[in-house]
Amino acid sequence: MAQRIKHFLLNNAPLLTTITIFILVFMIGGWLYPAMQKPQVFFNLFINTASLLIVSIGMTFVIITGGIDLSVAGMIALTSAASAALLVRGTSPVIVMPLMLVMGVAFGFTLGWIIHFLKVQPFIVTLMGLFFARGMAYIITLEALPIQDLSYRMLALTKVHIPFMGKEYLYIPSLVGPLLLLVAIYLSYYTRFGRTVYAIGNNEQSARLMGLPVGRTKITVYAFSGFCSALAGIVWSISLLSGYGGYAPGMELDAIASVVIGGTLLTGGVGGVIGTLFGVLINGTIVSILQFNGTLSSWWTRIGVGVLTLIFIGIQSVFYMRRKHS
Amino acid sequence: MKNNIPWFRRFRENRLFWPLVALALILIVDAIFAPGFFKIGILDGHLYGNIVDVFNNSAPLMLVALGMTLVIATGGVDLSVGAVIAISAAMGAVLINPALGNKLISNDILTKDATNTPLWLIVLATLGAGTLCGLWNGLLVSRARIQPMVATLILMVAGRGIAQLITNGQIMTIYYTPYFFFGNGFILGLPVSIYIVAAVFLFAWFLVRKTSIGLFIESVGINAKATYYSGISEKNIKLFVYVFSGFCAAIAGLILSSYVHSADGNNNGLNYELDAILAVVIGGTLMSGGRFSLLASLVGALIIWTFTITMYTFGVPANALLAGRAVLVLLVILLYSDYSRRLLNRIFDLRGS
Repeated sequence: MAQRIKHFLLNNAPLLTTITIFILVFMIGGWLYPAMQKPQVFFNLFINTASLLIVSIGMTFVIITGGIDLSVAGMIALTSAASAALLVRGTSPVIVMPLMLVMGVAFGFTLGWIIHFLKVQPFIVTLMGLFFARGMAYIITLEALPIQDLSYRMLALTKVHIPFMGKEYLYIPSLVGPLLLLVAIYLSYYTRFGRTVYAIGNNEQSARLMGLPVGRTKITVYAFSGFCSALAGIVWSISLLSGYGGYAPGMELDAIASVVIGGTLLTGGVGGVIGTLFGVLINGTIVSILQFNGTLSSWWTRIGVGVLTLIFIGIQSVFYMRRKHS
Repeated sequence: MKNNIPWFRRFRENRLFWPLVALALILIVDAIFAPGFFKIGILDGHLYGNIVDVFNNSAPLMLVALGMTLVIATGGVDLSVGAVIAISAAMGAVLINPALGNKLISNDILTKDATNTPLWLIVLATLGAGTLCGLWNGLLVSRARIQPMVATLILMVAGRGIAQLITNGQIMTIYYTPYFFFGNGFILGLPVSIYIVAAVFLFAWFLVRKTSIGLFIESVGINAKATYYSGISEKNIKLFVYVFSGFCAAIAGLILSSYVHSADGNNNGLNYELDAILAVVIGGTLMSGGRFSLLASLVGALIIWTFTITMYTFGVPANALLAGRAVLVLLVILLYSDYSRRLLNRIFDLRGS
């Protein structure tokens, strides 16, 4: 039994460390600022990181295959700008939302296609995607467009109360992330697609020799990431009720850092979406501690996230070196 | 045998061929659609005009691209250059600030054209800050054996925070005239930044082509393990290229902050890591490491800025320019992909035979 527990602990070490760090950071926050002990603060994490969580889930899949997607923040900006522009012209949200999702999938698919068939580094291709998406967003509108649409307002302002808890609430857009997480868990652990993703990340050559559909899976992964970023863009435009090409600056970095803090290796093959959830929550907790403090300034978020990323990379290299030796 | 190869083919297989073709294409477009583009005039004893602008504006990118070329040649990548630019610019601005260490701060003191720190110390501290960042990256990559992309990602994320920490979150405006010499000065009618680039380029070129370091860098990029077994300290080579990249980024930070008269932790050197990688890739150095060409990377940086200034002359708004740059990247990707290379080679070979 003890052997088993030890095995379990060793196997899930990065995930457990992430969860422990999250609890620690949250407890430190609660100890410093008693107001942070309110349960609503915990739910606020989901409200504040709604888009980041969605983007990071898509990013996790991409990183597990050994790639990277830098275009996510650009896609958020493009989606928000495009949907705002369409809504201003009186298009129904019922048309706008699916249209945005289709655009995201098509965008991701194109990037994946270039990466796979032209054999170009994902880094450069998705970088082009970032430039392209942000540029298109600026071509659509040079300043922030407000969204007046009634159903967007309704979605943005309706509180959803948590069952069995008195006053605590979430907004409808912040539910999207957790739901997507469930889908992502199912996809990565219980489907053939998920297994192929891990196989490609571990060794693309052997995955191909095993007869796995490498190309199809890689393209699907980028298309999925595009879908996630379009979804995140919709969530973003609902919660801010406007669209602009400069939105979500540097969010691709936050997403990558969250994924890494969540225990996924940037070399691919190791990690998972559950860790990503906690990575995102840690990011959100640091931000809310800074907000509670009030005097500490925003740049500490970046430094904090950087230091945490460093710690995590250190922990990971220790664990994986150990596993390799045993 | 060598003389039997037709001159065109020899030229075509030169690494400078494709970058120069791209540059020529952009210039031809300029010549046709923007007649004023090549006009060069003399104002206050120095040259001005779009071409001079291209050189002056691309100087920081050229410097960063030089450092990046060596890093990419060892098979790594340095994502932190943009952040390093911001850090060194912040360092310079803080030291120049005449109110440094002064309790009584008034608007008069802040906007005075003076400083309490000697200029050589400012320059040294600016370059030192960037080199230190490079050393940190180099240690993470060579000693802690962290993948280059991840190791430099840390500084990329944290660096802009550090830059803001240095300037206490403010955008610092610089009022000290001698400092502007690096970004706005002229020697013999040409911008000072061109001379700086030339000096750094000559230094780097001498280092990699006249000593064995260049060979070592290429061999680390092709096979690090084999290099190690043949008795070369691949660790120190890696350390060196990251330190050099940090140093180059620091000079770029110096020029940039002197050019715009301010240091802004969030916007100094924004997207420079991406542009520098793009410049190196346009120059034909493979991201997987190995053979590299410093001159081709410089041409790559020139292409990016010629393109940008061309777009400005056509009146494209700066923000929408991003989309144009994306098209440029796409063209480069298509041009350099194995598939199109094979296709082009076949076409040329058919004509040759």
